[in-house]
Amino acid sequence: MEKFTTHTGIGVPLRQSNVDTDQIIPAVYLKRITRTGFEDALFSAWRKDPSFILNQEPFNAGSVLVAGPDFGTGSSREHAVWALKDYGFRAVLSSRFADIFRGNSGKQGLLAAQVAQDDIELIWKTLENAPGTEVTVDLASKTVTCGNVVAPFEIDDYTRWRLLEGLDDIGLTLQHEEDITAYEATRPSGACSRASMTSA
Amino acid sequence: MAKTLAEKVWDAHVVRKGDGEGANAQPDLLYIDLHLVHEVTSPQAFEGLRLAGRKLRRPDLTIATEDHNTPTLDIDKPIADLTSRTQIQTLRNNCEEFGVRLHSLGDAEQGIVHVVGPQLGLTQPGMTVVCGDSHTSTHGAFGALAMGIGTSEVEHVMATQTLSLKPFKTMAINVEGALRPGVTAKDIILAVIAKIGTGGGQGYVLEYRGSAIRALSMDARMTICNMSIEAGARAGLVAPDETTYAYMNGRPHAPQGAEWDAAVEYWNTLRTDDDAVFDVEVDLDANTLEPFVTWGTNPGQGVSLSAKVPSPEDFGDENAKAAAERALQYMGLAAGTAMKDIRVDTVFLGSCTNSRIEDLRAAADIVRGREKDPKVRMLVVPGSARVRLEAEAEGLDKVFKDFGAEWRFAGCSMCLGMNPDQLEPGERCASTSNRNFEGRQGKGGRTHLVSPVVAAATAVRGTLSSPSDLDPAPESAALTTDAA
Repeated sequence: MEKFTTHTGIGVPLRQSNVDTDQIIPAVYLKRITRTGFEDALFSAWRKDPSFILNQEPFNAGSVLVAGPDFGTGSSREHAVWALKDYGFRAVLSSRFADIFRGNSGKQGLLAAQVAQDDIELIWKTLENAPGTEVTVDLASKTVTCGNVVAPFEIDDYTRWRLLEGLDDIGLTLQHEEDITAYEATRPSGACSRASMTSA
Repeated sequence: MAKTLAEKVWDAHVVRKGDGEGANAQPDLLYIDLHLVHEVTSPQAFEGLRLAGRKLRRPDLTIATEDHNTPTLDIDKPIADLTSRTQIQTLRNNCEEFGVRLHSLGDAEQGIVHVVGPQLGLTQPGMTVVCGDSHTSTHGAFGALAMGIGTSEVEHVMATQTLSLKPFKTMAINVEGALRPGVTAKDIILAVIAKIGTGGGQGYVLEYRGSAIRALSMDARMTICNMSIEAGARAGLVAPDETTYAYMNGRPHAPQGAEWDAAVEYWNTLRTDDDAVFDVEVDLDANTLEPFVTWGTNPGQGVSLSAKVPSPEDFGDENAKAAAERALQYMGLAAGTAMKDIRVDTVFLGSCTNSRIEDLRAAADIVRGREKDPKVRMLVVPGSARVRLEAEAEGLDKVFKDFGAEWRFAGCSMCLGMNPDQLEPGERCASTSNRNFEGRQGKGGRTHLVSPVVAAATAVRGTLSSPSDLDPAPESAALTTDAA
């Protein structure tokens, strides 16, 4: 995974709560078997509306999405994160993320920064008053800066560390393979045995 | 120390305790007992394994089925949609290459992954269960800790049979009392979500407790746990009891003989200790609950069926107000309209929320001997090929067909419209599924989430209806099945 330390880019105010992953990427795009090439799928239904924020300059060149609460709810589709990244987003700010979306973001190097709703409101105003204003998201200091607004954000320490170091999750876990093997050797039989599982 | 059920299951699966503080803090590494796989969220994970030269660690704890893309008509013919066909063929190739058991279209055990696991007896109390699908929470009905995961985590489980998981908080959902006739598990969970909101469960594992939950069948408990994710929860579960054991006993992969006895002894320990403390407790009165229905575009936007469409002004919070405004516009509804005056075009009975045999029985009991509103189309999509066979053995297919509904083959179908079963723009649907998001059931489609009996009654009257709104059926179609 690519390291994430700090990112500066045009902020996109998305004044909406409960942006579910069906909106981020509709199911029809989930039939693909690749992990890339989803940029056109991002918000595809909403982008048919000319007034949608990503259809306006300079927001169409944005890379920091500033959304309302409960972002990424619903389906577990990691395609939502792939689509945001493929479009060019490197960070999403919201006062509350759905758990699975936040987890998926952390695996893919998209920064899901939890910012208090009051600060989100201030950032929205800044971005709407001066479209094209850049937002800086600094993972080391866990702060987001937009114009005169400087706000802290939250992210769990483990995800932050992996993002800063650009570490692959599976590689990290496999460092503990002995523990996994040891656990497997002591798994209780009976209640949890599924020896029969491979026979239909 | 006193523990909740979820904490007990968690603790029994810790491979490696998290360590470190602050910047280097690592979360607990948990062992995964059962990994369910389907065609949509797995191809990139299998590809990741291949690219990294990694093996699938435990094919014997992994099982796959085809569900999201599968057509519900003409299943003996090649899948017409080429991208769907490719995705399913990719799953078949991957399962072959990595040695994963797969139940393909046409197989008696094919169906929605969350219907298949329990019906085979693979889902068991005390397990950790994951799947690249948010409705994995369904399996919590058995007292398993069951979570939906993304594709990177699918790959992680494939490679390591473990997951690093952040600690969770615990929330008790206490539902006391007795449900009235025509009120079901679906109404309980819709009411819970309306109460705590779509983000209310965020960071929590929910445990559904209380006399109303204990009285529910396994199919009904699965309906409730299924929608835990709609409240934002990581998982939702119900402690196993005699109802659980009666459901499991004799299933193909349930323990047998002495193993069964040992299993039950262990499962009996899977209860929240009396002195355990939940981080949050939420109470719901089952006695006063009415059939519930959604009016908006997220599952938290619901009201009693006897209520009216709310006004944005009813919401204090600015975000909720704006969301309501937008939802009403999308749904084509005016505030103040009686929910029961809303006319629908389509009724969908299916999805991992409500496609099990009891759901079909409950709906069949409503439509038996009645006539469908001729302007309404009704799709009945059993959750699995096995459920379909079971229903046909009971003659339910005939009941639905006589009523004028379409009797389809198993799959996710119109819940998310990845196959040809979709709503047209503007089409309004009473759906037993789990998400009323914009465009979920088809671009521009409008979804009202309902229970199977409300779906059935709605198909009779053409407007959102409860079974109690129906005139008596000509040949006594009294409720013979317990509310599902």
